[in-house]
This record gives sequence, C-alpha cells and structure tokens, in this order.
Amino acid sequence: MSVIQPRVVVEGLGKRYRLQHRHDRHTYTALRDVLTDAIRSPLSWLRSTTANVDVEEFWALKDVSFEVGEGEVLGIVGRNGAGKSTLLKVLSRITEPTEGRAVMHGGVASLLEVGTGFHPELTGRDNIFLNGSILGMPRADIARKFDEIVAFAGVDRFLDTPVKRYSSGMYVRLAFAVAAHLEPDILIVDEVLAVGDAEFQQKCLGKMGEVARSGRTVLFVSHHLATVENLCHRVMLLDRGRVKLIGEPGEVIAAYVNHAAPASVTPLLDRTDREGSGVLRFAEVRLLADDGHAVQGFVVGDDAIFDIQIRNLAGQAHRSVHVSIGINSAMGQRVTTWSTSYAGGDLPVTPASDFVLRVRLPRIALIPGSYTYNLFATVGGDVADWLLPAGAFEVGAGDYFGSGQLPGTRDGTFISDHSFQLT
Amino acid sequence: MKLIIEPGRSASQYWRELWHYRELLYFLAWRDLAVRYKQTVIGVAWALIRPALTMVVFVLFRRLMGAERSHVSDVLLVLSAVLPWQLFANALSESSTSLINNTNLLSKVYFPRLIIPGASVAAALVDFLITLGLLAVVMMWQGFAPGWTLAALPVLVVATLALSTGIGLFLAALNVQYRDFRYVVPFIIQIGLFVSPIAFASANVPERWKLLYSFNPLVGIIDGFRWSILGAQTPLDRRAVTMSLVITVLSVCYGVWYFRRMERRFADVI
Repeated sequence: MSVIQPRVVVEGLGKRYRLQHRHDRHTYTALRDVLTDAIRSPLSWLRSTTANVDVEEFWALKDVSFEVGEGEVLGIVGRNGAGKSTLLKVLSRITEPTEGRAVMHGGVASLLEVGTGFHPELTGRDNIFLNGSILGMPRADIARKFDEIVAFAGVDRFLDTPVKRYSSGMYVRLAFAVAAHLEPDILIVDEVLAVGDAEFQQKCLGKMGEVARSGRTVLFVSHHLATVENLCHRVMLLDRGRVKLIGEPGEVIAAYVNHAAPASVTPLLDRTDREGSGVLRFAEVRLLADDGHAVQGFVVGDDAIFDIQIRNLAGQAHRSVHVSIGINSAMGQRVTTWSTSYAGGDLPVTPASDFVLRVRLPRIALIPGSYTYNLFATVGGDVADWLLPAGAFEVGAGDYFGSGQLPGTRDGTFISDHSFQLT
Repeated sequence: MKLIIEPGRSASQYWRELWHYRELLYFLAWRDLAVRYKQTVIGVAWALIRPALTMVVFVLFRRLMGAERSHVSDVLLVLSAVLPWQLFANALSESSTSLINNTNLLSKVYFPRLIIPGASVAAALVDFLITLGLLAVVMMWQGFAPGWTLAALPVLVVATLALSTGIGLFLAALNVQYRDFRYVVPFIIQIGLFVSPIAFASANVPERWKLLYSFNPLVGIIDGFRWSILGAQTPLDRRAVTMSLVITVLSVCYGVWYFRRMERRFADVI
C-alpha cells in the first residue's frame, strides 16, 4: 500500500538505556549508595568514565524509520523486548529518544494502559472526567460525549458507585470507553485489548476500525497476530530494537512466525529441571515446515513436523517405549496431546543408539497464539524423561478453510472442519 | 498542528502545553481533595481540626512559659502564624512526594510533569482557604477587626505558595532518583515548626541571633501574615521580609530549573 499523506514520519529513531550492573540494586538509587561510593573511592570522579565497567549501554531502539499515512493502521509486532513498547513511549513523548526524530502531523493520543489514573475511591462519573482529562481531553469535550461514553461502557446504573466496587469487566469497559472517545488525528495503542470479554473486545476492535476509516492514523501493538492481520493495513516487525520488515500483514506475520530469532534457551540436554530415570533423554526438538526447513512456528492450516532427537544413554535397545507431546496454551491450559499411545502404537524396538522420532501434523488446527509443549517418555511403564515445558512455538493466523476468513482467538479454543448444506 | 520529537526538543513548547493542560491541574487537585475527604467521617472538618489543635497547644505553651502579651490575644497571635505555616507544610510535603505517588501517570501518559506537584500545591491552597474561615470565626469571637493591611494577604499567600513550590519541585525531582528524600521532608517540617515564629513573636528573638534567624525564609513570610492580619502596629522587620522574598524567588527559579532538567528522565528512572 502506498503512503498517500504521511501523518507520522520517523527517521533514524534510537533510544539508549544505561543499565547499572551492581549488587542487587533497586530500580532507584539510594542516596546512601552514592555517599558510600563517594567515601569508598573518593577519587573515582577523576578517572575517565570509560573505566567504569558497571554501566552497560543498551539500545532498546536503533535506526527505526518508517512512515504511516492518513487513515492507515500500522501494526507493530515482535517478541518481548523487541522495542515495541519503547517505540510507543517515545512516540507518546513519555520518554525522549536518544537520537533521530519523529514528526507527527496532528494531535496525538496514546493509550498504553487501560484506565491510567483511575482512582478506586472515586465514582464512575468522576473517573470519566479525571481519566479523560489525563488523556488530554478538554472538559467541555468530555461533558459533550459523556452520555456516549456511558452508553458504550454500559455502566449507566453504576455511575455514582465508586469504581472499586465495579467488576473487573465493568472497570475495563469504562476505561476503554473514555479512551475510545478521544478524537486525535493519531492514535497510539498498546496491547490493551487483551483484557475484557470477547464481546467487548469485538466492540473495541470495531471502534478502532471506525477510527481508521474516519481518516485517523492508528499505531497498534499486539501479540495477537490474528487481530493485527484483521485490523492493520501494514505491519512492522521489530527485532532487537530494529525494524526487520515492514509490509503486507500476511507477509510480515508469516515472516515473524517462521523466522523469528531463535530464543536463547538452554539446550534440552543440559536442562536439570527434569524428572525420570534418564534411560532416554530428550536432546533436541526441531520444528519443520512440510518442505523440511526449520521454523519457529506455524501458520494455521500448515502441515507441521516435529523432529524429536532422543539420546539413548543406556546404549541398548528398548521395548515398549512411549513418547507424548502435550500442547499447552499461553494460559497454561492443555490444548491437546500427541502420543505414540494414540497414533504410533508401541515403538517396536528403539535403536541402541541415539535416534530421531518424527511427528507429522497435517493441517495444524490450533487457534493462533503462543503455545508451549511438554515432552514425556516412558520405557516399560517407567518414566524415563519428563520436561515441563520443553519449549514453545507460535501459531500465526492462516486461512485454514481456504475461504479468505482467518479463524482467530475469538472463535474459541480449537478449529474443527465442518460444512453446511441446505436440506 | 505539527509535533516534532527529537532529543532535547521537549523544552520548546513546554509552557504552551502547560497552559493546554491547565484543566488537568484542576482535576488532579480535585482528585486529591475528594479522595482525602471521601472516606472520613467528618470530612472537610479535618482541614480545620489540625490548625485548631496546633493553635491550642501553642497558646497553652505560651501561657505555661509566661510569654509576654502583645497588643492582641495569644489566640490570634498564634493562629495568624499557624495558618501560613500549615499552608507551607502541607504544600511542601504533598508536592515533594507527588511524583512517586503518581508513578503510573509518569510511565503511561504524557503531559507536562509540573502539573503533578502543581496540583498538590493547589490542593493545599484549598485547605488553606477553608482554614481562613476558622480565622474569621476566631476574629469575630475576639471582637477583632482587621485593618487596611489585610489587603496584602493575597500577596503573602502567593509568596508562601511560591516558596513551598520551589522547594517542593526540587525535592519531588530528587525523590524520583533518591527515595531518601521522602524522609527529609517530615524532618524539615518538624524543625521548621520550632525555628519559625509560631509560638513566639520575632520581636522576642535576641538581637544577636536576628541575622541567622532571618535566613529562615518563613520568618519574613509569617511575620508578614501577622502584620497583615493583626494590623500595622505589629512590628515588621524589613530585613527579614526582604530576605524571605529573595530566598523565595531563588528557590522557585532553582526548583523549576532543576525539575525541568530532571523531567525528561523521570519515566526512565522511576
């Protein structure tokens, strides 16, 4: 999509943090530490600052450049720590960049948290005015939109009740309702829709789409890839503070899901948080696409392969070996289990040395999101190895049904094949 | 409307933005007051009880010490000093902890940060205006009519606010980085209560201590309040008043400068 009239122009933006690595330090400095340091090494200020190895520089953002046009919704995705939140904080002016610049053509409102400044003791009515004002809305505007806000939140009966007595759903609805009625030219939204029930989330997404259609610009961060794919015109992938890719949502999300940087985790074989006799040991799991290349995740509807390398420490063949892979949602709930007991039968006899067990999953039917997996192996009924969890993978939104409509989290917890016919 | 974000840029439109966000100052002050009095049985009466009790204690103290009488009653002499003192102490203690009490605002929304301590001072001013009612009642009870000097009262109130704001801004910014200063303010207030002319009149301070004594900027301010409320025959030390004003102006300038300098790092540090 070509950018018609850029509303947001970001050029070479960078944000550096200095991390102090010293004794288990609190986030703030105590004067005591400064004084004791001064007493311990009174001449330290004479030394050059480069000698001070305690300070580590860390670029949370580096060389970030992009443009967003009028009426465009830009999605921002990336792993935790990729710099998404820092970018939004810089663009919201909460913190200053270290280098580069951003030009915003128009009024900016940002929603980095739902209900910032809400006070539990105050009533719903009071909090609408307070929160609106904190978000930069003039009082006259709040008064004008008051009825609309109340209607959107559906809390009219509780307007004069302190919000500490609200259910968490009501609280979130009220908070989002205030923010939804800001009318900025540029709206910056962080992962705030993760809260609230499905129906309300739907309403919020509808509102955001409406905002974009009325010619406003939206910058939207979410882990929720299906939402990003549905709502955004373009998507930007951040990786370790840099822009890795920017373009069509489907393309960028696929790239994110398939080639995201491997997480620096302990190799399975070195992990000590395991149970079992150790006769067999899980050594490595490789996720492969159906064409055999390694991936970090899958797209709904893809054929997937898990290659599980198993170390046979006993150096002898085993009978009645069972291996299970338990798949858990990001919320820790068991979603499904793939097991040799169900699908493979007993592995007749394992090789006497290390071996690879390949699990094939035609047309992955998991709802988009993050998943973890546990590995479990028994030999003759005794637990040989058990890792909980052994690893993680992402499932990105995909066209499972071939209908152009992508199933998302709102649709439930799993996807099932179905058909309709008139009878 | 065009907004440019780059290093060191935040300064350029700051004061205009402060004006734009003036309603927020009102709402935050209102929130502080509403929350403070919402869950109390006697509510706003608390604003009156503290100065009233302080006054009673100091009047009794004067009687016990056999302090010499001035042209007005002890009650008026003490009350006219307790009121500005409480304004100063409340504004200072609230504003100096205002930033660390509003961490979520600092890390989640943008607005000129001066609004936060500013709102604390504004809330303290409202409490002060309520206590002026107490003063009026006591004056009627004593049958005391103020003179033309009362016209100077607003100026003195502004000076008190300015002094507490200046020191409060400095301490609020320091508190973000060094939480130790949380403990400094109650100490300042405790000491201040005894080295300021509240239980006594400045006229009673021995001449050789006068210079050192008037380095306390509250001396000039509180003496000014007494002069304004109790009438022109109350002695007023010009030197002390001048020093108060100079220190007040310096503290406001330094407080604002220091706050502005630290402000851009608040969200990163807090």
